[in-house]
Amino acid sequence: MNITRLEFLSLAGLDQETLDIWIEEQWLVPTGAGEEVAFSKADLARAQLILDLLEELGVNSEGVGVILHLVDQVHGLRSAMASLLEPGRNKNQSSG
Amino acid sequence: MKDPYETLGIARDATSDGIRRAYRRLAKTLHPDLNPGNKASEERFKEVAAANALLSDPDKRKRFDAGEIDASGAEKPRQRYYKDYAAEAPAGGPYDNRSGFADFADTDDLFAQLFREQAQRQRRAPGADLRYRLAVDFLDAITGASKRITLPDGGTLNVSIPSGIEEGQTLRLRGKGAPSAGEGVAGDALVEISIVPHRFYTRVGDDIHLELPITLSEAVLGGRVKAPTPSGPVMLAVPKGSNTGAVLRLKGKGVARRNGHGDVLVTLKVALPLEPDPELEAFLTKWTPRPGYDPRREMLS
Repeated sequence: MNITRLEFLSLAGLDQETLDIWIEEQWLVPTGAGEEVAFSKADLARAQLILDLLEELGVNSEGVGVILHLVDQVHGLRSAMASLLEPGRNKNQSSG
Repeated sequence: MKDPYETLGIARDATSDGIRRAYRRLAKTLHPDLNPGNKASEERFKEVAAANALLSDPDKRKRFDAGEIDASGAEKPRQRYYKDYAAEAPAGGPYDNRSGFADFADTDDLFAQLFREQAQRQRRAPGADLRYRLAVDFLDAITGASKRITLPDGGTLNVSIPSGIEEGQTLRLRGKGAPSAGEGVAGDALVEISIVPHRFYTRVGDDIHLELPITLSEAVLGGRVKAPTPSGPVMLAVPKGSNTGAVLRLKGKGVARRNGHGDVLVTLKVALPLEPDPELEAFLTKWTPRPGYDPRREMLS
């Protein structure tokens, strides 16, 4: 499912400038560019995680980058481990 | 539900600052996105978040302390966390990071072998399919055509429309989708066709329906009239006494199909002159219809 930039701003409760910075920092990697930029539900959940880190957990913006990098590695390992344990599982099928 | 003070591990007289610090300390270790795969911590986090939602609101806290409200239903839990999406994400997605075990692949044991195979599968994984929609002119859909789609990134895609394509059909262009993240083949482009309606043709399966206006004298006396078809105009013999609603079939002038063509079905419609015609009026004033000419007989008897 694709979410436009405007929808994303309102769903995530972000302002334009903040979103631009997050994309520049590659905390969020939407598909497409310019007018055609599109976000997924995963991007929205990731934005919520970033907001949790900044607002609820008191992490500063340098820390957010570090945490996201580690979280991405954890998911990389989890998914590699999952496909080792279940060789029949097709990880190339996209979903959501 | 447990006592929110107990859940956060604070005294009943804790300050709002103390509540926030206690919540943060717990949330840092319990946040579901920082503990993917740990159901117990997710459950515990829900309790902690609910306790915090209750006690960090001074009004709610006061009412809870006074025994007016209980600790349940304080926080609406989030439906899905980022970890739930990450667990379903395809390999090679934008956030996929496999650098955490790159060094394993250098060793020689069975695990390393499995990791290498896994990495290779990912490199060879094909790119994603991309979906597009293309509006096709009514006549192009019948005769077939070649169209060009301009892509969001400025590139173009040539689409060859086969003759007789139908509304909602999807064309698959192999290898025209997203490139593979590794060394695999590109995905496919899936082009869904919608057909723009025509001014006077409509399509039913392989047949084309057409309403053709004829003059009063062509209807009464019959004659040869020119009728449009998708493959060019044809002369149509209108039989004597053809009424509005009479259907004439032009065999083989419809949509091409594997064994021949569909037909064009022409529905005649008598059209009076647009301007009042004194001669016609004078003629009809003198004309006496034969007995029994009552087109409404079946409605009113």
